[in-house]
Amino acid sequence: MHMSDGIVNAPTSIGYAVLAAAGLALAAGRARRDLDERTAPMAGLVAAFVFATQMINFPVLPGVSGHLLGGALAAILVGPWTGALCVSIVLVVQALLFADGGLSAIGANITNMALVGTAAGFLVAVALRRLARRGRGWLFAVAFTSALVNTVAAAASFVLQYWLGGSAGVGLGTVMAAMLGVHALIGIGEGVITALTVGAVAQVRPDLVYLLRTAPLAGSVRWARPAEVAA
Amino acid sequence: MRRFLLAFGLVALLVAGAVSYLASSAPDGLDAVTRQGCTATEGGQLTGDCIAQDARSQPLAGGPLADYTIGGNRGLSGLAGVLGVAATLVLAGGLFRVLRQRPPAVSRGRSGPPGQG
Repeated sequence: MHMSDGIVNAPTSIGYAVLAAAGLALAAGRARRDLDERTAPMAGLVAAFVFATQMINFPVLPGVSGHLLGGALAAILVGPWTGALCVSIVLVVQALLFADGGLSAIGANITNMALVGTAAGFLVAVALRRLARRGRGWLFAVAFTSALVNTVAAAASFVLQYWLGGSAGVGLGTVMAAMLGVHALIGIGEGVITALTVGAVAQVRPDLVYLLRTAPLAGSVRWARPAEVAA
Repeated sequence: MRRFLLAFGLVALLVAGAVSYLASSAPDGLDAVTRQGCTATEGGQLTGDCIAQDARSQPLAGGPLADYTIGGNRGLSGLAGVLGVAATLVLAGGLFRVLRQRPPAVSRGRSGPPGQG
């Protein structure tokens, strides 16, 4: 769901670039607390894996495909702040090296996929964290739901951008219905890929799944970090 | 740990380098929705009324890896993907290495500069 340049006007693009920069600065500050000798290399690989998996467009409707966004996946594995950075790096590499996604639209794209999608997916995952710890099937279900919400939230964020600065005359209701409908379908694919990946990592290295670590909001909140010493 | 990371990296390379050939070439959800109502002309320009009617092609669209090809060669998209995985790994790995905390050097409470990072 990488938008090209010119779909939203310049003020909107600039506004979102500022918003994305602020979000990433915040994420970088918070991510420090989640990154150590063990999680830093893992996070690098999560970013690489998201890049790879975003190449896999799967069909959802005749003539329409979708691909993983990866925000929920990254957040479940390495935490929301580091996860947002993972997806952002993927988007930057895609725009600069592969001309995938606009340059002036990079802030809007980062906001949709790396910030809004990741945040929405992670909030769902945290809300369902207790379920996720109950066992394999539950973890699958939580990862699936979290990823589905992540995709639809990212699509909704695009609809907002179109409303703020879209240059075409297509009605907002039409755009919203089309975007949310298609991305609910894409979200199913995103959910399956996310559940399979998180399940596979949890199978061999549950300690590398951020969501399954013990402290209630380890690393995300300053006052919830006693587990750090033990780790 | 090392074995797990190697395996994870290998899966990423395999997905980008090989599985990517199976990917659908249909436009993704956003592209499909934003182009609805327009028709693409020969040069890829859109005409008609659609959300993407004013979309411009990217300034870097002439780059050597543009559109996941190698110099426009679609048959080498797997190689382009492998290069992308490597670039992402270097960039992300580097950033996270700089950001990560060194356990002994960090004092709690303030998130000031944690040593030499």
